[in-house]
Amino acid sequence: MLEAHDLEFSYGAAPIIAGFDIGIAPGERVAVSAPSGRGKTTLCQLLAGYLRPQCGSVTLDGAPLPTGGPAPVQMIWQHPERMLDPLLTMEKSLAECPCDAETLGELREAIGVRDAWLTRRPRELSGGELQRVCIVRALACNPRYLICDEISTMLDALTQADIWARLMAWSDERGAGMAVVSHSPALTARVATRTVEL
Amino acid sequence: MSALRKDDELRADCAAASACDASRVSENAELSGMTQASETSRSLDGVHATDACAASEPHHEIHRDGHAHHRHTHACDSHHAGGHHLLQVEDLSVSFSMYDDAPGSGFLSWISAPQHTVEVIHGLNIGVHAGEIVAIVGASGSGKTLLADAILGISPENALVTGRIWFDGVEQDAQGLANLRGSDIAFVPQSVESLDPLMKVGRQVELFARGASPDQARARRKAVFARYGLDDAAAELYPFELSGGMARRVLLACALVNEPRLIIADEPTPGLDLELAVRAMGDFRAFADAGGGVLLITHDIELVLRVADRIAVFEGGTVVEETAVANFASPELLRHPFSRALWAALPEHGFAGGEVCEQEGAGDA
Repeated sequence: MLEAHDLEFSYGAAPIIAGFDIGIAPGERVAVSAPSGRGKTTLCQLLAGYLRPQCGSVTLDGAPLPTGGPAPVQMIWQHPERMLDPLLTMEKSLAECPCDAETLGELREAIGVRDAWLTRRPRELSGGELQRVCIVRALACNPRYLICDEISTMLDALTQADIWARLMAWSDERGAGMAVVSHSPALTARVATRTVEL
Repeated sequence: MSALRKDDELRADCAAASACDASRVSENAELSGMTQASETSRSLDGVHATDACAASEPHHEIHRDGHAHHRHTHACDSHHAGGHHLLQVEDLSVSFSMYDDAPGSGFLSWISAPQHTVEVIHGLNIGVHAGEIVAIVGASGSGKTLLADAILGISPENALVTGRIWFDGVEQDAQGLANLRGSDIAFVPQSVESLDPLMKVGRQVELFARGASPDQARARRKAVFARYGLDDAAAELYPFELSGGMARRVLLACALVNEPRLIIADEPTPGLDLELAVRAMGDFRAFADAGGGVLLITHDIELVLRVADRIAVFEGGTVVEETAVANFASPELLRHPFSRALWAALPEHGFAGGEVCEQEGAGDA
């Protein structure tokens, strides 16, 4: 169970998240919705351990998020073009994954990362292609929870449906929990098991 | 709504309405296509189809002048200001010269590495009339952004661009496009990184207010910011302090204070919540209704259906189907398998995924 209790966070003086609670059980997909600029990405970063809350706590099975080693809570970001080293080919970016070549191959197959992309650098791939690479990088850490911050807003409908079908199959198979941030009610209705408002 | 009409009749209409491909349609066939297209959007009660068609300019008269620039359908209340299109792109191709992979290991080997040409956009035709929103939807990675770059004359240096572009009836060369961008043509870029990281966003927006004194520019900027829920404090922020949605709104504001004649918007809505996205679309609609033109490049078909007049479906580097927005009401009205696949993939419909094959073309729906 990934839980956040009484979470508070502010950039400077104005609090952006105040007294927020959320719990995500294994296998559960929770949609988080809020207007833009209300701290959805901040919440994602708090849940994934990129930011430390000024008040409250984020716990995994009752213990603080572990530091060191592949993180059990992985985050996939809104802008895949910013998330990969511009100088590395996809092959090198994927080689950073903490898993063996066989697992990596299976994941690439499951998420639809093609061999032809491996020799390319981020600016030579489209947003949808980069996002698939980012997803493989996240899943390669064998996470128990996946935080998805508007991961498909920049993708066409076909790619979006395809990526979500693959991610949902992955989460069903592993019993992994997900937090899904999206502005599209139609998408969250398809993907999420329940919705919380920030 | 479509139940009122016979199925085959509708299909005939739709086939005519989507004068999409580069096939040379004969003058007569096209003229009847246009008339029927107007009928289609009227009878299907599209998003904002009006009955004002009869009052607008007689398009077919203009089209008789024999220029080749009319392989397209019309929104029924758009018009040819001054007797020509606001923007017309004809037979556009964009290709890249690339080095072959793995040229070898020696220091000099890359100099002699063989090159090959990759054509990303080919034989593309699209037009925007004054008073119209034309949406381009399609697969990511199919070259939609390169189309915007080509129209603005800001293609990457290694790109080879051929084709003809008219703006307001005048054929444009590279210098012409350079003069137009940022003045008559405003661009809403896809990347929020496009903002100057070292300048406060309020000041950036004010710089775009064409022909306004500093006070007027500030007033215009305030008005646009207020519409999008950005206050004076937001104007004092630097881009890194903005959320994704706020940065989007600043980019929109840059285009809207500019008072251009054509807005090219490349994915203007990701990160915006539905209410703000709808407001942005409403502003584009108002801009078009006041005589401007909008070329809207987006993935968000749901949003497009609310405001656009025509939809061009982009796949594999060209427009495979151009259709009245009303035809997206039902897959039977769409002609191309890729359009139908897109329709079926929407979360509101089947959510049926399929990997998009850029080279091989789309599979059947």
